[in-house]
Amino acid sequence: MIALAAIALCTLAAAAVALALRDLIHSALLLIASWVGIAAFYLWAGAEFVAFAQVLIYVGAISMVVLFAVLLTRPPTAPVSPARSGRAVPGFLAGGAVLGLLAGAVLSSPLPAGTDATPAFGVRELGLKLLVPHAGALLATGALLTVALLGAVVLAAGRGKEDAP
Amino acid sequence: MNPPAADPLSAGLLERLPLLARDALTSGLPEPWRWVSNSLLAILAIIVVFSSLFALLTLAERKVLARVQNRPGPNRAGLPLTRFRLGGLGQPLADGIKMLTKEDIVPRGADPVLHFLAPVVLLALSLLTFAVLPYGRLLVPVELEAGVLYFFAAGAATELALFMAGWASRNKYSLLAAMRALAQLISYELPLLLAVVPVVLLAGSLSTSGIVAAQAGWDLGFLPRWFVLTPWGFASFLIFLTAALAESNRSPFDLPEAESELIAGHLTEYSGFKYALFFMAEYLGMTALAGLGVTLFLGGWREPLPFLEFVPSYAWFGLKLLALLFVFIWIRATFPRLRIDQLTRLAWKFLVPLALLNLGTAALWALTAGWGPALQPLRWLGATALVAGPFVLLGRGLTAGLRPRTYRFA
Repeated sequence: MIALAAIALCTLAAAAVALALRDLIHSALLLIASWVGIAAFYLWAGAEFVAFAQVLIYVGAISMVVLFAVLLTRPPTAPVSPARSGRAVPGFLAGGAVLGLLAGAVLSSPLPAGTDATPAFGVRELGLKLLVPHAGALLATGALLTVALLGAVVLAAGRGKEDAP
Repeated sequence: MNPPAADPLSAGLLERLPLLARDALTSGLPEPWRWVSNSLLAILAIIVVFSSLFALLTLAERKVLARVQNRPGPNRAGLPLTRFRLGGLGQPLADGIKMLTKEDIVPRGADPVLHFLAPVVLLALSLLTFAVLPYGRLLVPVELEAGVLYFFAAGAATELALFMAGWASRNKYSLLAAMRALAQLISYELPLLLAVVPVVLLAGSLSTSGIVAAQAGWDLGFLPRWFVLTPWGFASFLIFLTAALAESNRSPFDLPEAESELIAGHLTEYSGFKYALFFMAEYLGMTALAGLGVTLFLGGWREPLPFLEFVPSYAWFGLKLLALLFVFIWIRATFPRLRIDQLTRLAWKFLVPLALLNLGTAALWALTAGWGPALQPLRWLGATALVAGPFVLLGRGLTAGLRPRTYRFA
């Protein structure tokens, strides 16, 4: 339990500091640190596969999207202008809405209560679960991501010929 | 090191020697401390063995490159305080002392914390990947059910360290090189992973020892059942090798530090020991990827011929690892550096489609595993055609209209 508290504290502290900092690159790096914290939580919970996938996808790939987006849209050293309180209200509203949605989903989903023994759940069972009962959802997600990727390629290719060789 | 499923007592004395040495050191300790000290000893062994391999590798690389270019290479520094030169064997020691005593320069405009953190993070992460490689029949530091995934998860964050180095240096060459390095690493991560998926598919396991176990046995009594000796495995191995070269910033993919264009890339503003850490992390990353290649495709610690079983398994792993590292050095001595557009084109238009097709070939191979001996030639021919056909067609298609550039001097 102490380990869980330490992980939660580090994750939340990294996220909070990331929100407070004015330097976008530092914020992005701290956000990545908080993602690592979430992976540590999965590892603590015994979900090895999910933890490694979290690191591979979030720390390896999504972090790159964030950093590229920051670097390609503004001068790398310019700090963000100080926060205005006008932006805080919609920010809190949106965050609160997401929190409410997630809390509602978590609270309304049935959890098997009273069983202390966690079932042994290895990579093989996870793979079978994903590919047999949830194959449709997996395929739909894959198709959606492929379409998004193709859309991004089309958008990038149709930009113009200013940097063509 | 946890002994895996194999019975440790049935193995030979040489095979058990590392474990016996460990037990001799820690057998007197009570239980939780014994486990802790066993783990610490495993970590220490990995660090000591692979750091010395790194030191010798730098020397070997310079010597081999020199031989290829018909010059002697470093041959002056010998054993310290003696007159023995041993063909320059003392060079790594001299380099190490030089690196340690050099001034550590941090640019005034740099971000000091990130500038310091980048080499540390990079080295720590490249050391982490060594934890899941099976070095021998009884030498598996950490037995993980998702070992291959762990390897790539630990390696994925190296991109982040490169970015930190480039951005924190506050230097245009560093930043440009970091962006370039990210583009390169992301591009080649995809063929690297796609080359590994067929192995996982055929072995039916994400654990590194499970994959080595799946390559046990002999065809016709003497041909090892290594994955590299199947059509899809051979193609996967070549794609893996190419992508591994690019992932470890090796020539011909060493664009992130192309000295003619970017000075030294993300290393421009680093000096002294931090530079040495980057260098070490790069070589360790290369060694780890070569070790993974040995595990996935070359049978891991398995012997190449049945009667060679008396040689301890870790010796076979080491030999295969050194052979693969030699190939890396050989490639560096042979091929010129690619241009950035050629680099990304090679990844996205050639390696990724081939790897995807190869995944289909591997699936077909898995489906036809039950075919009888009469149909085996058909299976081999079909799979070989599925591997070689797209390779030739795609290669022809991509290089159509291109020919070696002719230079005209005015």
